Amino acid sequence: MSKTELMRTSLYVGGTSPARMIQSGFYHADCLVYDLEDAVSTGEKDAARFLVYNAIKYQRPKDKYILIRINGIYSSELDEDLEAAVRAQPDAIRIPKVEYAEEVARIDEKITVIEKEAGLPVGGIQIWCNIESYQGALNARDIAKASPRVVAMALGAEDFTASMAAQRTKSGWEIFYARNLVLMACREAGISAQDAVFSDIKDMDGLQRDLEMTRALGFDGKTCVHPSQIDAVNACFTPTEKEILNAQRVLDALRQAGMNHTGVCTVDGGMVDKPMEIRARTVLAKAKAAGIEVGGIVQ
Amino acid sequence: MELIKSAIAGTMESSDVRIILEPNHGGGIEIHLESVAKATFGDAIEATVRQVLAEFDVKDACITLNDRGALDCTIRARMQCAVCRAAETKYDWGKVDFHV
Repeated sequence: MSKTELMRTSLYVGGTSPARMIQSGFYHADCLVYDLEDAVSTGEKDAARFLVYNAIKYQRPKDKYILIRINGIYSSELDEDLEAAVRAQPDAIRIPKVEYAEEVARIDEKITVIEKEAGLPVGGIQIWCNIESYQGALNARDIAKASPRVVAMALGAEDFTASMAAQRTKSGWEIFYARNLVLMACREAGISAQDAVFSDIKDMDGLQRDLEMTRALGFDGKTCVHPSQIDAVNACFTPTEKEILNAQRVLDALRQAGMNHTGVCTVDGGMVDKPMEIRARTVLAKAKAAGIEVGGIVQ
Repeated sequence: MELIKSAIAGTMESSDVRIILEPNHGGGIEIHLESVAKATFGDAIEATVRQVLAEFDVKDACITLNDRGALDCTIRARMQCAVCRAAETKYDWGKVDFHV
């Protein structure tokens, strides 16, 4: 099973269109999410299941992390979705509208049963949880730790806003608290924090402003609804050359201080403290994950 | 498996195939293929259709395919869907997948 550790971008691809599924493999998205839920009309759920199953099983894009978004936990499609999804062997199953940890545990059990029946390694398929309501946001800490399969959690802004009877705006203040709740829950659980979709695919300036918030808050990735968003989102989560050099200088200064037993050190007149060290290490880790070769100690 | 009614799966979009599957009581398998790639891939498409029908143990069926350049996995998916719809049955995901 080919996969990448990068989760900067995950592109939703409707499970009914062979053309879009084929094309999606050629974009720069780290993760592809074949959708059985919102992008598929009620009468085509069966067709989408067959198409997604066969596409992953026999025409899987190389070097992509593959997810299947199944229908909701209380949907009549759930069991058949799981039967098909698990046997297709994606990297992860993305569960929409999660509100309680017990729901994730139940899905985990169902996946395990199917893995055993199909003779697949138990635990091989990961879970991403979509948080799409105030209830889910309030329970995010428990959901993030509901199963060892859970490796990422994402905020679904449109449904969350609806559950709050709030207005969805481009500035995104109505989801600010939820973003932080999801993010902190992910940090506590040590899983990837995925930001909400920016829905207006024609507003690239708006996307850029939204990404500034995404990046400032500390998310690890963002879901895209259109290929045109991928490069901007990837760039947002890929450290710049200046950031990488600064990070190297911070770590170099700390290394020198350690060798000299001075205890403290400065860079550009500012004292280097523990948070700076953590940020520097995070920058270098992201650079490395993005395939950037980071050189040795900066003099 | 016996087909109970006519069923359609797939679309006329590029890279897809639209399949019309009809019961053909006692008439065996009849395949009518229309494809821009018929000269090159016609035999392969027909082989996939027959393989899927055999997996479902369908012995009598009339299949009309309008291929728009679908990959083999898409043809398989659309055929499986059409058979389940025509037979009014759910797919047995637990059965062995013989396709390689």
